[in-house]
Amino acid sequence: MSNQDPVWILGTSMTKFGRYADKDLIDLAAEASLGALDDGGVAMGEMDILAAGCLYEANGGVGQRLQKQLGQTGIPVYNVANACATGATAVRTVMMAIKAGEAQMGLAVGVEQMGKMGMLGADRAARSDKQVFERKGRFGSVVGVEGRLGTNMMPGVFAQAGMEYAYENDGVGFEQFAKVAQKNHEHSTLNPLAQYRKAFTLDEVMSSEVIAYPNTLLMCCPTGDGSAAVVLVSDEKLKTLPREQQRRAVKVSASVLTSDPWTEGCQVQPDVNTLTRNAADAAYEVSGVDPADLDLVELHDCFATAELRHYDNLRLCEPGGAGEWIDKGGPWRDGEIPVNVSGGLLSKGHPIGATGVANLFEVATHLRGEAGDRQVPDAKVGLAHVIGLGSSCGVHILERSGL
Amino acid sequence: MGEQTAPDETGPKQISMVEYLKLGDEPHLVANVCEACGASYFDRRNACAACGAREFSTERLANTGEVRTFTIVHRAARGVPAPYISAVVDLDGGGRVKSNIINIEPNPANVTLGMRVRLATYVTATDDDGNEAVAFGYEPAAA
Ligand SMILES: [Zn+2]
Repeated sequence: MSNQDPVWILGTSMTKFGRYADKDLIDLAAEASLGALDDGGVAMGEMDILAAGCLYEANGGVGQRLQKQLGQTGIPVYNVANACATGATAVRTVMMAIKAGEAQMGLAVGVEQMGKMGMLGADRAARSDKQVFERKGRFGSVVGVEGRLGTNMMPGVFAQAGMEYAYENDGVGFEQFAKVAQKNHEHSTLNPLAQYRKAFTLDEVMSSEVIAYPNTLLMCCPTGDGSAAVVLVSDEKLKTLPREQQRRAVKVSASVLTSDPWTEGCQVQPDVNTLTRNAADAAYEVSGVDPADLDLVELHDCFATAELRHYDNLRLCEPGGAGEWIDKGGPWRDGEIPVNVSGGLLSKGHPIGATGVANLFEVATHLRGEAGDRQVPDAKVGLAHVIGLGSSCGVHILERSGL
Repeated sequence: MGEQTAPDETGPKQISMVEYLKLGDEPHLVANVCEACGASYFDRRNACAACGAREFSTERLANTGEVRTFTIVHRAARGVPAPYISAVVDLDGGGRVKSNIINIEPNPANVTLGMRVRLATYVTATDDDGNEAVAFGYEPAAA
């Protein structure tokens, strides 16, 4: 094959996100993996590579433990961890093996079991003060900096990312951020795989407990358990498969991973924008898809303040116009470009390693016309985005088969 | 390594809570500035993240600036008093720093984006020898 040939999603599946006290990490990964294999009409014995993404058990040999449930066929296994882009990185690992000609078919799975930790990134213990002050670490600090020199916890960091957008642009404030959460919670009522499926009024969103202003509790994603998987296949191999498998296959028109280039101030406030813009621009370039062509977008709404910025970063709205765009209903499921019709991380949930695979499942399911009650009518092209602090960003553009 | 904690003979001392805060008559921040491109860092770097150069000099930063973004943290890390205002401040003459906005009620009505602020210090903790750790924050300043 040529490395210019597209790679395809042949099968995909996800568990419902939620809390599974009666299942372990490997049960969840096995359920999504077997689901993806069945969906693609293929068997573990046909896989040439396995990539497993999991953040909390990054050194736990998740891929190999999973093989013991699916079939130990001796294929290469890659265990990957890359912040919130862990799942997307697992997908790209399989994709690169196919592009390199080392594999024709492979399985990528993302999984996480977080249990009841509350919302994402909250309530970590502060560093305890020393009995006698002694300088430690790269900043030579004698006491914990969290809460003394600002916040580095996620709800606050993403709140600051949103307020920085408000600083730079007109028409953006608490209400615009809250509308994001109102939308995603409303969308989730149609998704049986979502962790939470409850609609809230704008007033309820704005008056729920403040976590880190302007993010209230209903504007922060929950933690939870879950898994999602995809089977990827080369263009050459797909053409040898039965017609029905070709018809349901979804084309990966772009797959891009970026990290944050140096920008002014990124040493004190993580820059979640430049790397997202870079990834999106590269994905549009590679695929020839224009933002206006998108029928749906699944983006990384870990906090409502983040989603609003990403409308602009992903070029879904006019530059600086994210506030106006949500005010006029642009990202609602019946709007200009539906964003997070799954309910997004805010309601569908965010088992970290699974997230970057689950958004591919969501987009692919719409492109196949198999999304049930939440189906975006006649969806042909979609974009999936994840970003992890540190930072790492994955953007995929998917297109309906046409075969 | 800058100031050390006091030996017992001389009694308790004040120590800045991070090395880039310098105490004295006029407390101020210092940064490691890349000699090639001017990028500034509060921690030590092996090479510049912006340009890859390896020579740095220590420079004093301004004590005044304006609020670029903020959040009011209500659910804080364990042991941290809340609510408090966390902010990123653009310093006059360059440099960007994150810290708390202090000496003001933590209420969205009291903080505006672009608000003028100046550096202020306070004692944040005391160790078993009676040494005091001094933190810095930013307080509202006249425009
Ligand atoms: Zn430099």
